[in-house]
Amino acid sequence: MSHWAWLIPALPAFAAVVGLFASRWLPGGPAVPAIAGTAGALVAAVAALAVVEGDPAKVRESAVPWSPIGGITLHVGTRLDGLAAVIAVMVCVVALLVQVYSTAYMAGDPRYSTYAAEVSLFTAAMLLVVIASDLFELLIGWEVMGLCSYLLIGHYWQTEGARAAAVKAFITTRIGDTGFLFGIFVLGVGAHTFDISGVTRHAAAYPHTTVTAGALLLLAGVVGKSAQFPLHVWLPDAMAGPTPISALIHAATMVAAGIFVLARLYPVFQAAPVALTVLGIIACITMLGAALAALADDDLKRVLAWSTVSQLAYMAAGLAVGGWTASVYHLLTHAAFKALLFLAAGSVLRTVGTNLMSEMGGLWRAMPVTSVTAAVGALALAGVPPLAGAFSKDGILGAARERGGTLGTAVFVVGLVTLAVTAAYVTRLFVRTFLGDYRGRAQLHESPLVMTGPLVLLAVFVVALGLPVLPHSYGVSRWLDAPPGTRALHVGIGEVALTTVIALVAIGSVALLHRRRPADDPVAVLGPVARPLARAFYVDDAYDVALVRPVRALARGVVRVDSGGVDAAVVDVGRTAGFAGGLLRRLQRGNIQGYLTGLVAGVLVVVLSVSLAVAR
Amino acid sequence: MSPTLPVLLAVPAAGAAVLAVATVSDRVARIIGVVTTSATLVVSVVLAARFDYGSGAHLQHVVDVGWLPALDVRFHVGVDGISLPLVLLTTLLTLLCAIHTVSSTPEPGRPRQLLALMLLLEVGVLGTFVAADLVVFFVFFEIVLIPMYFLINIWGGPGRRVAAVKFILYTLLGSALMLVGFLVIYSQAGSFDMVALGHAHGAHISAGMQLLAFVLLMLGFGIKSPMWPLHTWLPDAHTEAPTVGSVLLAGVLLKMGTYGLIRIAVDEVPDGARRVAPALAILAVVGIGYAALACLGQRDLKRLIAFSSVGHMGFVLLGIATLTPIGLQAALIGNVAHGVITGLLFFLAGAVKDRFHTSDLDELGGGLLAKLPMTGGVVLFAAIASLGLPGLAGFWGEMLAMLGAYSPGGGSSRPLFLTLMALAGIGTVLTAVYFLAMLRRVDFGLVADRWRDTAMRDVAVADVVAWTPLVVLAVAIGVWPRIVLAVGESAVSGLLR
Repeated sequence: MSHWAWLIPALPAFAAVVGLFASRWLPGGPAVPAIAGTAGALVAAVAALAVVEGDPAKVRESAVPWSPIGGITLHVGTRLDGLAAVIAVMVCVVALLVQVYSTAYMAGDPRYSTYAAEVSLFTAAMLLVVIASDLFELLIGWEVMGLCSYLLIGHYWQTEGARAAAVKAFITTRIGDTGFLFGIFVLGVGAHTFDISGVTRHAAAYPHTTVTAGALLLLAGVVGKSAQFPLHVWLPDAMAGPTPISALIHAATMVAAGIFVLARLYPVFQAAPVALTVLGIIACITMLGAALAALADDDLKRVLAWSTVSQLAYMAAGLAVGGWTASVYHLLTHAAFKALLFLAAGSVLRTVGTNLMSEMGGLWRAMPVTSVTAAVGALALAGVPPLAGAFSKDGILGAARERGGTLGTAVFVVGLVTLAVTAAYVTRLFVRTFLGDYRGRAQLHESPLVMTGPLVLLAVFVVALGLPVLPHSYGVSRWLDAPPGTRALHVGIGEVALTTVIALVAIGSVALLHRRRPADDPVAVLGPVARPLARAFYVDDAYDVALVRPVRALARGVVRVDSGGVDAAVVDVGRTAGFAGGLLRRLQRGNIQGYLTGLVAGVLVVVLSVSLAVAR
Repeated sequence: MSPTLPVLLAVPAAGAAVLAVATVSDRVARIIGVVTTSATLVVSVVLAARFDYGSGAHLQHVVDVGWLPALDVRFHVGVDGISLPLVLLTTLLTLLCAIHTVSSTPEPGRPRQLLALMLLLEVGVLGTFVAADLVVFFVFFEIVLIPMYFLINIWGGPGRRVAAVKFILYTLLGSALMLVGFLVIYSQAGSFDMVALGHAHGAHISAGMQLLAFVLLMLGFGIKSPMWPLHTWLPDAHTEAPTVGSVLLAGVLLKMGTYGLIRIAVDEVPDGARRVAPALAILAVVGIGYAALACLGQRDLKRLIAFSSVGHMGFVLLGIATLTPIGLQAALIGNVAHGVITGLLFFLAGAVKDRFHTSDLDELGGGLLAKLPMTGGVVLFAAIASLGLPGLAGFWGEMLAMLGAYSPGGGSSRPLFLTLMALAGIGTVLTAVYFLAMLRRVDFGLVADRWRDTAMRDVAVADVVAWTPLVVLAVAIGVWPRIVLAVGESAVSGLLR
């Protein structure tokens, strides 16, 4: 049935290989395989969506033996259901738009062909995660994504900032991934299989401690990949990469993978309530903390990055309280509006030549398309209905309220507070960038059609994705089936009214501040509080003191000890060992005869010993 | 009786003999070298093609003839699922080294002698991997030392003499310990025959003697592997050795240690193995962390790669110490992957040193991707492969070693091994840290001023020929690990029955 589903990751992977090795011989250059591969994957993903429509819970699997690993045999293959098909389409759409947009954004970049191939590989890796049927197969996609993010964040490797950010992204996520690997061990060994279906089927049968340990370890990987506290530090720095890459990482790949894996292995987490509680606590801290950091940052892309961290926390919180469908839906809507916002930011940055909002302002006059589409994305992020993002977030909050208890209440309350902060920082971002007077010195102009086209298309998606939840249609369920024991998508009129009022009040307050003093940053009203927010609560500084410097000192110590202590000790032991000592002295004079004597002596020892043994 | 294995040993031996006695020109010598190593590779491929993969646990292509009847020593050789991949790795890497010699022969030249020694080395390594008798094993094991000593001592860098002496001393000490271990086994079981000893599985050897024999073998093979803290000969040897010496040293010589540990120590004194396994595992994991920190503090590219070997072989040793089929599979694929990837890394370090005449990280000063894009690209690939990225060969060895430690065999303490697994996991993070730090210092950034106007060749044809098979293998084994793991699957369970 789904034996062709492997085409979904294979086409962009093939495009990456072609783009890397053969693009110079292709008419049309490296953009051709990049766009064709992603478009092919999109066609296959849409076909997959058509297959699963109407019966999204049915799992269509196709796997072949992969390798024996010492008593267990791994299988490799595809696993297609509603979740996989929906996310695959989302990934392909965003990746395709990013590839098209990049042809203009990266025009003239000497390493464009490598860049395009890496984006293709990145897409392929995410799609492998999405349709993998085996946990190690999933892990390959998971880690290759880490590699691609490393390469793409470091694309401008001539700058120190890009080099540092690339390493930070890889190492931070790899710390979490070590836990993820051990989580796979725990679950796979416990279920005697590493097949995803086998593990999820076995979820209820694990001993309680096993499944809790497994779920918590997996969570470490998710926290790293989806940039949740305390492993969130890599994402804001990742802005050193080209802006279309930010759109890709934030909307379609990498950070989405963490949420996807939670949704994919949800039965395991349902069997481990402790892990869900931990997830909920992490999500609450991240949600509000990141939103506050977004409030004070002057860098346009970093504000959007913090916003991603905060929005991913909404999804994580939704999963923690059983709002499975609402979270997956929010993943989709977020992909649309965040890709839109990043591509709009890219359009702005290419024009003004800076990331700093203090050097922007008033861009709406010169860049009408970018401004209007960005406004649509900003309103969606702020949660204004009927745009995508508003209802999905309300669905998460509704699930939290339904669940109740301490965790549900905490998520609900923190979610509402974060909502207000979100609407405030989005408004600040928009007015600082597009309204008021221009504070920079660049020649302003609208971006070319290859760049504004994807913006308009994404803006249409942002509007359209809000529609399926309008009363009674709930169209999402044709493709997404809530697993047993989770809350179906339910958007109550109460939540919608409450969140809309909060969002509008926050938007209005910031707009008022801006109106009163158009030249000033609205965050100035916070006074001295703004500084710790802009430094993101000094988490980076803490890691530097607690981790980075001690490891460096340790490394220096080991080098000293190795050349001084260990080697000398071993040599001394050898020296005092009589026979060897004599040989050593002779050999240190570089005497080949000494060596030969030693060898002959050795052979004699052999012959003598053997003879003695035989004679006895 | 199959003639394949005698031919496998005879071809490089004949090549070595011809090069040693016939005073041919450098060009002819290189042709003889490449032809001989190619022929050896072909023989090993024939061996693999005619191997019965259904019974990988049994020794195949066996030759068993009397040699020293008075001493009950027989020339007994054969291959099974454990040795076959290593035989292929050896013939491939030796061929690639011979090809490398075509484009660049290290100072002071004399390719004829260099190639003769390389072929002799190949005979010794292949003999070690196919030996089925302890004396045969010992003889071949010792043969390897002599050419490697001269490779380092004649064609090495400025500190070559001290490094060569250190190499020979350490390994002679290891050989002595190993030999005493063999004699302990012989004195108890009354046989040198590895097949018979394996079948007996330590049946006639008392617990105390097994412990003694295993400790001796662990130290002997541990020096070769190398096992922390007996590794200190290795960074010097690698740093000073010429490129082909480093590639063969890392690619195949180290494997003789871990192979011997599996084939002889674990198989023939299993009770000793069970009692010492926790200690071996602790040393292995200390080595992993220690090597990673040492790499982080290195200033020299070759030395850094040498230390990374200590860490990678630490994973192989950890796999062995778990005494599980999974752990032994980890050791097998870890051996092969390390040979492929670290072999590639040393080729690359050699290429860098060849171009820049230094391997000091500060003097190189970064910008390799800008200065030599293809070399820089392959360095990037090799580093990523070496840090164990899933989807490339290095991943499986590390992952399976830790998976083996998750449920250790041999009655070992599970809490201990879980702790070691977690520490090894931290080791994988540190491994990523130092490789990325290396890339940041060498590959990325701007070309240093001193190199900006120096014209350099990026890759030569010989480089492409030598590197491509290793790149392809690193990907192929990573994506389809069964090409190694399926070969050894039945053999490893046979070892632990």
